Amino acid sequence: MSPRDLAIKDLKTHDLTMREAARASSGARVDLLLIAEMVRPGSRVLDIGSGDGELLELLATTRGCDARGIELSREGVNAGVARGLAVIQGDADIDLADYPDNAFDYVILSQTIQATRRPKWVLEQMLRVGSRAIVSFPNFGFWRMRLDLLVNGKMPSTENLPYRWHDTPNIHFCTIRDFVDLVDEVGAGIERAVALDASGHPVRFNLPWAVWNLLGEQAVFLLSRKG
Amino acid sequence: MSDSDTTSGEIRAFEPARGEADHPHSAVLRFGADMPLQLDAGGVLTPFQIAYQTYGTLNAARSNAILICHALSGDQHVANVHPVTGKPGWWETLVGPGKPIDTDRYFVIGTNVVGGCMGSTGPSSLNPATGAPYGLDLPILTIRDMVRAQAMLVDHLGIERLLAVVGGSMGGMQVLQWAASYPERVFAAFPIATAARHSAQNIAFHEVGRQAIMADPEWRAGRYLADASSPRRGLAVARMAAHITYMSDSSLHRKFGRRLQDREGRTFSFDADFQVESYLRYQGEAFVDRFDANSYLYMTRAMDYFDLAADYGGVLANAFKATKTRFCLVSFTSDWLFTTADSRNIVHALNAAGAPVSFAEIESDKGHDAFLLDEPEFFAITRGFIDAAARAVGVN
Repeated sequence: MSPRDLAIKDLKTHDLTMREAARASSGARVDLLLIAEMVRPGSRVLDIGSGDGELLELLATTRGCDARGIELSREGVNAGVARGLAVIQGDADIDLADYPDNAFDYVILSQTIQATRRPKWVLEQMLRVGSRAIVSFPNFGFWRMRLDLLVNGKMPSTENLPYRWHDTPNIHFCTIRDFVDLVDEVGAGIERAVALDASGHPVRFNLPWAVWNLLGEQAVFLLSRKG
Repeated sequence: MSDSDTTSGEIRAFEPARGEADHPHSAVLRFGADMPLQLDAGGVLTPFQIAYQTYGTLNAARSNAILICHALSGDQHVANVHPVTGKPGWWETLVGPGKPIDTDRYFVIGTNVVGGCMGSTGPSSLNPATGAPYGLDLPILTIRDMVRAQAMLVDHLGIERLLAVVGGSMGGMQVLQWAASYPERVFAAFPIATAARHSAQNIAFHEVGRQAIMADPEWRAGRYLADASSPRRGLAVARMAAHITYMSDSSLHRKFGRRLQDREGRTFSFDADFQVESYLRYQGEAFVDRFDANSYLYMTRAMDYFDLAADYGGVLANAFKATKTRFCLVSFTSDWLFTTADSRNIVHALNAAGAPVSFAEIESDKGHDAFLLDEPEFFAITRGFIDAAARAVGVN
């Protein structure tokens, strides 16, 4: 399926999702609502880098999911446990290896892949542990990033990514096109892909990857294991 | 089976441990010949009794009960003044009105394990067959035996399902055993600073302690109580050695460093020149006044024998197959007796079994003892886990 077809397919569902999001007005991050919408109700879900458990709770309450988390910070784990969620303090770069095959329907990595030491290994593990993977990430190919680097000659720093080059936890930035290459490399299939513009809305044009790569500030991919 | 209310047991100076053995300052549940305790070693223990304390009120739905399982040197006096030492309960930091395990909301049960010396049947209890203390005539007991006895107590209290079972170290082993043996009776399991099996290193430490006791001539092949004697030196040494394993290098250093005890310089003798020596000697002495040496042998043995996976074909995950119990595990960074790796091993098995499990490693330099001390992060996760469980079952 070409990105153009994917985008057409997405337009229908995502208009609905955004309306739902507006109705929900729960203050949840748009990308989290988008991810939650991609998850089939009642599924078993593992959220890597679950933070304070916002997405897990969203999945448990609105989608009836059995949602589990891995979180690096103890503060995050405490917050999740206090919400009644199952959250394990751990490091995706190491601890994914300890999960059995096919333990989950979905494994989610939200805004975290750029902070992993081994993004490819992590993605492979996600598709081993779960039959589907959902990955959202900031797009370093976004036009403002390119402009920033071109004009200022310094590593871009944005509202969402405020770090400087030497103190950022984000050590493996990629663009949407880079990510699509990695998906090919690990032999996964793209079931859906959505680029979100700077205001958090899906890019509403049926355009090739190259354009998404310019207009999307972040992207969300739903991947499946091939074969 | 009969209840007796708190009774006053005379503490006899020459055998302090016997003071609480048969008639403790606790509620006691006695099981007669019609309700024997089945033992892993084969055979039964009968008659036998369990000493216990309760805090708070059991609600009408009987859904707010929390069982606290104690560690090697603990007992049922979780949150009340200890009848022998006069000190606060061993977990008053965690359990009490308004505490993370809030006795204003929950009905909390503390019990003495079988094999103990604070009123549950143990080696210092009178053997009805002989009229003398059991000593080594008591069969060897296991963690599973302890838990089986606790289940009989919980039955008696009319509690079908416990809101939570909580314990650290040997208590954590009991929590794991509860979850494995009675999954439908445990809504939430909270094993702290524990392991699914005792390591070779830990067995080795226990063996040092046991040998110290048995090498004391006053031990008298375990018959010291009948002879009105006590292996005080041996038990004190066992406690001193064990106490080192409960702390960390850095906590010992922070507390004592190389500071000298009430003296200007070295005495060039084997006196307790260093504060750390003096501290350990005090710990050993204080322990002897409240603990029975044979109980120490039985309980360390029960921990050594604990290997939960072995009971399930060598696969720990099988112990938790299809469980609906929710788990939360906690370890402490400086605990080298029951390490984070031990806890993670349990977490992996629970993941493999598909059980809902949370895990946190708490930063602390206080070693294994951290679970008994003031650790705000630990209190926070305890409160969060217990309260979330209570919400899930509709406890106000």
